[in-house]
Amino acid sequence: MSLKTQSNKLDGQMTINEIQEEIIEEFEAFDEWMDKYSYLIEIGNDLEGFKDEWRLEQNLIEGCQSKVWVHAEMQNDHIIYSADSDAIITKGIIALLIRVLSDRTPDEILNTELKFVEEIGLKDHLSPTRSNGLVSMIKQMRLYALAFKAKQA
Amino acid sequence: MGINTEQIRKDFPILNETVHGKPLVYFDNAATTHKPQAVIDAVSEVYTKYNSNIHRGVHHLSNVCTQAHEDARIKVQKFINAQHAHEIIFTRGTTEAINLIASSFADTFLKAGDEILVSQLEHHSNIVPWQLLEKRKGIVLKYIPINKAGELVLDNIDQLITQRTKLVSIAHISNVLGTINPIKTIIKKAHDLDIPVMIDGAQAVQHVKVDVQELDCEFYVFSGHKIYAPTGIGALYGKTEWLNKMEPYHGGGEMIKTVSFNGTTFNELPFKFEAGTPDFSGSVGLGAAIDYVEKIGIEAIDQYEHELLAYATEKLATIPNMRFFGTAKEKASVISFLVGDIHPFDMGTMLDKMGIAVRTGHHCAQPIMEYYDIPGTIRISFALYNTKEEVDKLIDGITRITQLFG
Repeated sequence: MSLKTQSNKLDGQMTINEIQEEIIEEFEAFDEWMDKYSYLIEIGNDLEGFKDEWRLEQNLIEGCQSKVWVHAEMQNDHIIYSADSDAIITKGIIALLIRVLSDRTPDEILNTELKFVEEIGLKDHLSPTRSNGLVSMIKQMRLYALAFKAKQA
Repeated sequence: MGINTEQIRKDFPILNETVHGKPLVYFDNAATTHKPQAVIDAVSEVYTKYNSNIHRGVHHLSNVCTQAHEDARIKVQKFINAQHAHEIIFTRGTTEAINLIASSFADTFLKAGDEILVSQLEHHSNIVPWQLLEKRKGIVLKYIPINKAGELVLDNIDQLITQRTKLVSIAHISNVLGTINPIKTIIKKAHDLDIPVMIDGAQAVQHVKVDVQELDCEFYVFSGHKIYAPTGIGALYGKTEWLNKMEPYHGGGEMIKTVSFNGTTFNELPFKFEAGTPDFSGSVGLGAAIDYVEKIGIEAIDQYEHELLAYATEKLATIPNMRFFGTAKEKASVISFLVGDIHPFDMGTMLDKMGIAVRTGHHCAQPIMEYYDIPGTIRISFALYNTKEEVDKLIDGITRITQLFG
């Protein structure tokens, strides 16, 4: 049995940090930034599941450069996120964020330190001056977690 | 005269910088330009040699500094061929200059129902100040529409410039589309009805010769940082009779003659519109930038940039799915484009990784984006230190990126 499997939770789900580590490993395979972006574009293009009915003004997190929509709902104590963007690179990073944060309890989400974006060399995209909606999106995801947690109480 | 690009590039220290390990290829000059050593030195010299508050001091440094500041004013006057130095008001930039006019003009002349005319391709700085007046004064804001080529459509100009129009405010050159607007025609139309005209020259003074007496506009505004001068300084040119009629904008020191709680009298031009300690390091920097530009010659710069524009347009046109925005018959050195459906943010981000600086988004001109129904554009804008080799790098970069998107 690999170390990874041993550390899995009983229900088969990896922890948030394990997923972050997995992503960091995936990106370590790329030396060239071109290849990193190529991969991001690939996963961005593959991101599905955002329903047209969710493409509403209230779900829009507008940055100067690209539009980001976020939808969140509770299913069995877990928050399921869906998101979309009109820029593919943003969509790729969103896909990674969803992989890390979606299908988790509000507490898990609120207690997560999102280190993978910086570690895969895309720290630029998280800088507040970037105004590409990403920083606001992460904020929004946390706010949803807070709101859902409050509802639970 | 003429452009010796190799020598010119040596004058700009920032061009030695590398970005993500690559040499800097800077195509964002419409946003701001880099500064030649001469300008950097002039500003440093203010602080190392003669820094002092100006105009009312009796000591030597104050006199030297005052002279430097007022010399700079004369340089601006000569640069745009204003009749008098007192017709040059120093501001923080174009945006402040337009707000100054909007505010003072409104206080002096405007009442509810009066109309202001702008155009559909204006920068937000020449739209929002008037929209604030819609709220404050009940004025009506109208605009001249554009066509698909990005040119102003003057077919209905006689319905747009009427007795109700109190001011026409138009960009000289569009920061997104590069269109050189037919401002002489518009000024004539306005003057036929005795209506004053303001011209936003933020994207013009660095590219074409500007002669405000020849244009006969009532106001002309521009920013220093877009013409190789420091940020935080700009100029507003206004005809004497108009500036004299207008109420002051900001109140405070310098713009007064006498102050008492029984009444205050205001200073003469230009000081009436320059409250507070002036930005004398900025004005000196602007003067040095104008000297630099004049030494090379604005006509030579104009011609060189036109060559670059033609070269870049030709090369960009070879890229499949290239979409140009701004194809006016008369254009200056700005190219806005998209490649197929690739989001400008994606393209701009990847160009950045190659060391190529472009601007993406709406460029503070959302009405233009609304007109074309696009999220934004990629914009490249030239300055006198750009080269054809840099354009080649850009084309290479775009080609590589489009391949990633299949």
